[in-house]
Amino acid sequence: MTKWLEDHLPKLMLAPSFVAVLVFVYGFIAWTAWVSLTRSRLLPKYEIEGLIQYERLFASPRWDTALNNLYIFGTLFIVIAMALGLLMAILLDQNIRTEGAIRTIYLYPMALSMIVTGTAWKWILNPGLGLEAMVKGWGFERFSFDWIVDPDMAIYTVVIAALWQSSGFVMALFLAGLRSVDGEIIKAAQVDGIPTWRIYTAIIIPSMAPIFLSAFIVLAHLAIKSFDLVIALTGGGPGFATDLPATYMYAMAFSRGDIGQAASSAMVMMAVVFAIVVPYLYSELRPQKDG
Amino acid sequence: MAPILEIQNLYKNYGSLEILKDINVSIDSGDFLVLVGPSGCGKSTLLNCIAGLEPISGGKLSIGGQDMTNVSPKDRNIAMVFQSYALYPTMSVAKNITFGMKVRGVDQSTQEAKLAQVAQQLQIEPLLGRRPGQLSGGQRQRVAMGRALVRDPKLFLFDEPLSNLDAKLRVEMRTEIKALHQNLAASMVYVTHDQIEAMTLATKIVVMKGGEIQQIGTSAEIYNRPANLFVADFMGSPAMNLIPAKARSNDDGTYIEILRKDGEPIVLTDQVNRDLPSDVIHGVKHKTLDRRAASPLHRVTCSSR
Amino acid sequence: MADLVISPARGQSQAVRLLLRWSLYAALGFFVVIYLMPLFVMVTTSLKSLEEIRTGDLVALPREVTFDAWLTAWSGACTGIKCEGVQPYFWNSVLIAVPGVAISTLIGAINGYVVAQWRFRGANIIFALMLFGCFIPFQVVLLPMARVLGIMGIAGTIQGLIFVHVVYGLGFTTLFFRNYYVTIPVELTKAAKVDGAGFFRIFWSIFLPLSLPIIVVTVIWQFTQIWNDFLFGVSFSQAGTQPVTVALNNIVNSTTGVKEYNVDMAAAIIAAFPTLLVYVVAGKYFIRGLTAGSVKG
Repeated sequence: MTKWLEDHLPKLMLAPSFVAVLVFVYGFIAWTAWVSLTRSRLLPKYEIEGLIQYERLFASPRWDTALNNLYIFGTLFIVIAMALGLLMAILLDQNIRTEGAIRTIYLYPMALSMIVTGTAWKWILNPGLGLEAMVKGWGFERFSFDWIVDPDMAIYTVVIAALWQSSGFVMALFLAGLRSVDGEIIKAAQVDGIPTWRIYTAIIIPSMAPIFLSAFIVLAHLAIKSFDLVIALTGGGPGFATDLPATYMYAMAFSRGDIGQAASSAMVMMAVVFAIVVPYLYSELRPQKDG
Repeated sequence: MAPILEIQNLYKNYGSLEILKDINVSIDSGDFLVLVGPSGCGKSTLLNCIAGLEPISGGKLSIGGQDMTNVSPKDRNIAMVFQSYALYPTMSVAKNITFGMKVRGVDQSTQEAKLAQVAQQLQIEPLLGRRPGQLSGGQRQRVAMGRALVRDPKLFLFDEPLSNLDAKLRVEMRTEIKALHQNLAASMVYVTHDQIEAMTLATKIVVMKGGEIQQIGTSAEIYNRPANLFVADFMGSPAMNLIPAKARSNDDGTYIEILRKDGEPIVLTDQVNRDLPSDVIHGVKHKTLDRRAASPLHRVTCSSR
Repeated sequence: MADLVISPARGQSQAVRLLLRWSLYAALGFFVVIYLMPLFVMVTTSLKSLEEIRTGDLVALPREVTFDAWLTAWSGACTGIKCEGVQPYFWNSVLIAVPGVAISTLIGAINGYVVAQWRFRGANIIFALMLFGCFIPFQVVLLPMARVLGIMGIAGTIQGLIFVHVVYGLGFTTLFFRNYYVTIPVELTKAAKVDGAGFFRIFWSIFLPLSLPIIVVTVIWQFTQIWNDFLFGVSFSQAGTQPVTVALNNIVNSTTGVKEYNVDMAAAIIAAFPTLLVYVVAGKYFIRGLTAGSVKG
């Protein structure tokens, strides 16, 4: 008996977490998937009716806006964050004496809640009292920067705030990547008289492909999950102009009482994450070939 | 007297992969058994099975006459020295050595007495207060030995304990382990891939390949009468020369003929007193070649396949 | 580390070299200003009176420093009907974060220890399943979780939020400890087994004393995650149990009365303060957690 316990103790210790993950992750996903196939409204129903919720979802102009916004926001956010992050990393990699301090400053927004970030930028972008008013106050009377209240432009303010929050993190990833490149290869290139910019474009950056992938995954993941920032910055408005799938789902679940729509939109989000993360996880967890 | 370690029909599988096949070994008290073979031959797995660190899939294993097949490592009355020494990094040398006693609830004064004795025996008294990270490779090796010695076990297990040392230190430690074995009259099982280590330390050698035992015997038996081509090729340094040859028979008996590309075949004059297939491998040890004589003084012939 | 410095090709003059160096610092400085500007604006705005905010400049220093807004934010600002400031919600966040961090770190440590050191058949699959749990968009579990919390009788309570944070934090804490313990040779566990130590003894005497760095990383990560959480907080809390992020959002978006931007900013700084403090004190570990959470360790 004691021997049995001794042999199985590790499994027993892992078991509660395993069960929790099975129920609260996989079980819940299954529940949501099931409900997304029913006519659930205020209360969940369990008779499967097919894809009606998805049909409603993709017929809804609000969801259409949300998806479109995710596309704009996601693309701009990922591309610019990577470009900015790489630029800042390369600039910081030039034997800067105050590197530690600068790095700390670039990265601190990552420690903040998205709600704080949203609140701060909402104030800064306030046309009447913020940046616009400030520049006008300097004498540029015609200056206009009212994106946050402009339905066509508001989504770009979300991009700005998100970039401020996350690009420092991408910088940190890239800086670590730059530093991990084998120094001897670089010395060899320098001895060969290859100019520095060529060393970056031909040797260092190509060898950082895995880091680009990681950064992409993290940023894509952040973009799809983005919820708090929009809530705090624009509240999804003006109108529904800055709705994202995450805010759509939340509105359906908790203020509109449309569980079927909430479930189906959550499943679509899940599918998008799945499409990005699964190949990545698979390649990461696969037994490594040489290192 | 019952053998100190007896392994009968031991099997070890990982899923459908057979790691160890039908292992039968036994050693007597005071024996120094060396498990030797190329990497991946299953020798370390066998040692882990003896220690109880890996469950076995079939067969029986007893230590000191007691069935240990399903007994946990702590109750097998063994001590083990690992390749990486596996010293507890956050504990001092003294704590490393006494940890086992502490876990077992040995009283403080006995712990101290045993620690002092072992430290003196291995000459590591000045190191007792240090952390493993502050020790050299050789010193770590000694501490690992100390941790094993202090247990006073029925059986010592060594898993390639010298492979992380430099060449000079390795020879030194080899001598020391040999002396330790003789002084303590302890029983030991020792895993190595180094056949010189095997030859010099063992009272009994088990040569393994692909999870199977190839031959069991004393150093001399293994060296002089290898059971098969693998053993002949693997043991001995430099390795035995293996030459394809033909066995021919005439009225006087069987003799060996080595064919040459150009010229007449070399015919060995010694007769072989057993039946051989016509294709054979003729093995010649370099030590047995005498420059003054035209023919080898001694040879071993193995049947091919 | 590569000693690589952008420098002009050989033969260019000292002046060009100096110019390049200066533009490098100018670029870095430009980004520094951009990154610091919002924080600067938050702090200065929170120290101004409403009157000065209306008439003054966004980036101007306050003419007259007043802490009224801070006082209001802490104990008087309205989150909907109630006007008690962020104070009660700040303590809610503490009550959620402290046990949430402690429990998820402890469980993660044991899980990681099992997965890395007591490998058994299926352990890797279990780990992969747990790891995947880190990546799901939480929207997909919101609806069933709301019902299950109700069934468990902890809907809208602090305990309910602790429970949710522990469950969905497990994947990351397990990942952190697993990646740390996997670098420790399994022989150490084997040696301790031969020495007679059992599962908990080995964990307590050998692994825990080795774990300080990863404990710090995990605690910081979990603390930041839980403190900054909004989605679970807004979905699973009720009037008295909301965390500070939810309260902050309510204050900023409350439609009653005059908009007090200085109070909003003070409340935002209060909500941000604990995680900022952690970042300033232990930034190294914070960054390590971030990178370990995204790239595998």
